[in-house]
Amino acid sequence: MRRVVWQVLAALIVIGVFSWLIGNAQANLGARNVASGFGFLQREAGLPIAEHLIPYTPADSYLRALVVGMLNTLWVAFWGIVLATILGTVIGVARLSKNWLLAKLMSAYVEFFRDLPLLLQLFLWYALLQGLPPVRQAIHPIAGVYLSNRGLSFPVLDWQTAHSWTLLAFILGLIATVISAKRATRKSLDDGRQRATWPTAVLLMAVMPATVVITLGAPFALDMPSPRSFNIRGGVTVSPEFFALLFGLVIYNAAFIAEIVRSGIQSVSHGQIEASRALGLKSSNTLKWIVFPQALRVIVPPLTSQYLNLAKQSSLAVAIGYQDIVSIATTAMNQNGQAVELVAIIMGVYLTISLSISALMNHYNARIALVER
Amino acid sequence: MSTNGHRPRNIFNAVACAATLVASVAIAQPRPASAPVAAAAPSVASPTLNAIKARGQLICGVGGDRPGFGFPDARGVMRGFDADVCRSIAAAIFGNPDKVRFVSLTSLTRFPSLQSGEVDIVARFTTWTLTREAQLGLEVPAIHFYDGQGFLVKKKDGIKSAHDLGGASVCFQPGSTGEVNAADFFRANKLEMKPVVIEKMEQMRDAIVSGRCDAYTNDTAQLASFKASIGSAGNDYQVLPEIISKEPLGAFIRKGDQRFFDIVRWTHAAMLNAEEFGMTAANIDKFRNNSNPAIQRFMGETGDLGAALGLDAQWAVNVVKGVGNYAEIYERSIAPLGLPRGLNRLLKDGGIQYAAPMR
Repeated sequence: MRRVVWQVLAALIVIGVFSWLIGNAQANLGARNVASGFGFLQREAGLPIAEHLIPYTPADSYLRALVVGMLNTLWVAFWGIVLATILGTVIGVARLSKNWLLAKLMSAYVEFFRDLPLLLQLFLWYALLQGLPPVRQAIHPIAGVYLSNRGLSFPVLDWQTAHSWTLLAFILGLIATVISAKRATRKSLDDGRQRATWPTAVLLMAVMPATVVITLGAPFALDMPSPRSFNIRGGVTVSPEFFALLFGLVIYNAAFIAEIVRSGIQSVSHGQIEASRALGLKSSNTLKWIVFPQALRVIVPPLTSQYLNLAKQSSLAVAIGYQDIVSIATTAMNQNGQAVELVAIIMGVYLTISLSISALMNHYNARIALVER
Repeated sequence: MSTNGHRPRNIFNAVACAATLVASVAIAQPRPASAPVAAAAPSVASPTLNAIKARGQLICGVGGDRPGFGFPDARGVMRGFDADVCRSIAAAIFGNPDKVRFVSLTSLTRFPSLQSGEVDIVARFTTWTLTREAQLGLEVPAIHFYDGQGFLVKKKDGIKSAHDLGGASVCFQPGSTGEVNAADFFRANKLEMKPVVIEKMEQMRDAIVSGRCDAYTNDTAQLASFKASIGSAGNDYQVLPEIISKEPLGAFIRKGDQRFFDIVRWTHAAMLNAEEFGMTAANIDKFRNNSNPAIQRFMGETGDLGAALGLDAQWAVNVVKGVGNYAEIYERSIAPLGLPRGLNRLLKDGGIQYAAPMR
C-alpha cells in the first residue's frame, strides 16, 4: 500500500512540474507575441524538396512536406539497416576466419571506420562523389546507365497494373515458401530425413509469378534515362546526397555490427562446435544450426541499440544535402519561427521510429530467447 | 536571404536549442500584459536598455561565419558590416563602440535567442518579412542593407538568363527565404528545378566548383562573398541579370520595447545623416563649430535629441567617432567583396538609403 502511495505521489510531481513548465512557456510565448499551435501545418510550405517518395510540389502544405521528410528518413534508415546488417555480418564472420590475411584485413576495416567520426566520413564520400564527371561527360558503361556527379541513373520498368499483380504473386509465393520450409524442418526433426526445399521455392516464387506475367501479358518496356541540357531525364536517378549518406551509414555501422557479430559468435562455447563436428555436421550447417541460434541471443540486444543509432545518425543528412525530417523541419522553423512545435514533431518522429525498432527487435529477441523448461 | 547559415547538425542540437528556448521562456516571469507606455516622455521604460546599461555591454547576435558581414579576424575580433551595426548601437548607448559581446547564432538559434532574451539584438543579415514581424514577436527598426536574390552560374556554360535554367540543378543553403524565393520563381515561370540543399559553406563551395549544380542562388552580396572566397577562380562565374526578390536586411529586436526600437532606428539614421553632411570618424570634431542648425542639433550643441532617446547629448557624435558614417562601414566591409553599392547609395546619389531628418 505504501509503495502505491509513493508511486502515485511521484507521478503527480512529474505531471505537476511538466504542466507548470508548459503552462508558463505558453504564457510567456503569448506575452512575447509568439504565435503557437499546429495550425501552420495546413499552410502552403513553398519549399522545394529534391527527393520525395510521394508526389510533392512546393505548393503542398507543411504537413505534407514533413511527411516527405519523414519518409526520406525512414527510406535511408531502412536501407541502411538492411545493408549494414549484411555487410557487418559478413565482416564479423570473416574476422574469425582461419585465413590470416582476410582476418587482419577485416580487423583493419573495423578499427579504421569505427574510429573516424561519421560526419567526417560523410563529407569524404560526398566529396568523392563530386569528383565524378559532369553530366555532359557522364560515364556510360552500358546502354541506359549513366554515372555523373548528378548521381547514378539507370532504366526502370515502365510500371503497369499487371506488374503489381506479379509482385503480389511473388510476395504470396514468398510467404508460402517460408511456411512450407518451416513445415519441412519440423518433419525432418520428426523422422530425421532431410528434405530439399528448393523445388517448392522455385515453384512458388518463380513459376507462379511468371505464369501471372504471361497470362496478363504484362509488357516489358523500360523507362530509359537520357542526358538533357542540364540533368539526366527518365529512368531512376540515385542522387549523390542519398548515396553518400547511405554509404556512410552502412560503412560506419557495419564496423560496429561486425564487432557485435564477432563477440556473439565467440560467446558460443567451443564445446558446442566440437560436438556438432562429432555429429558429422558440415561447417556451414554448424554455423546455421548450432552457432548462430546461440550467438543471436548475445547479438540481438546490442544490435537493437546499433539500429537505433543508425536511424538517429541519419539526421546528419542536412550536412550533405539530403532532405530528411530534420532538414525540412528546420527550414520550416526558419520560415514560420514555430520552433517549439517543429522540434516537438522531430522528437515525436524519432521517438516513434526508435520505439518501433525497439519493439520489433524485442519481439524478435523474445522469440529466439532460450526457452527454459 | 540572410537567413541561411548553419543549421543544427543533428536532432540533438535542435532539441537542445528548443529546450533552451522553452526553459528560458518558462523561467522568466511573464511580462505584465500591458507594459506601461508613456507617450514620447524621456523617462519611458525600456527593459532592454536598462538591462544593457546594468550589464555594461550590448549582447549582439551575428552569423560569425561570413566574411564581410560577421567574421572574426586573426585576433578573434568580430569584423564586418553586421558587427559594425552592433558597434554603432553600443557607441550610441555607452559612447564606446567596444562595449559589445558578440554571440554567433545559426539561422535556427537566432530567433529563439532573441525571443528568450539571450541576446539584445540580432544583426545577422536577416530579411524583414511580414511573418517574422507579425508572428515571431520581433520587429525591425531599420533596413541596414537593401539586397535582392540572384543566380550565379559558370561563364563557360553559356547561360544568359535565369529563364534558361529550366531543368537545372540549383544549389542553395537551407533555412532561408532564398530557398522559397527560388521555388516561387521556378513555379511562377513554369520551369522545373532540382534543388541541391547544402548547409555548410565549405561543402557548398565544393559543390558549386565541381559542377554538382548548374546555378547557385543567394543574395547578391552573398554571391559576391562566394566569388571573393575562391580567389581568381571567381572570374569564371557570372551573376545572371534577374534579381528575383527583394531582400531588405535589418537588425531584429524584441517587439514592444519602443525606446530601444528608437535607439536602433535613429543610430542608423545618424550614420546616414553623417554621410550626407560629409562627417567621418576622422573629421567629425571639425563640425562642432559649424553654423548649420541641422549640424548643430546633430552634434548635440543645441536641442535635446539625445535626451529624447534617453541618451547622452553627444550620442550621434559618438556613433560617427566609433564606427564612422554609413559609407565608411560599407567601404570597410562590403566594398572589398567587389560589390557595387547600388541601392545602398544615399538617395541623393541615386540609391534608396534615405536619411530621416534628425530634429
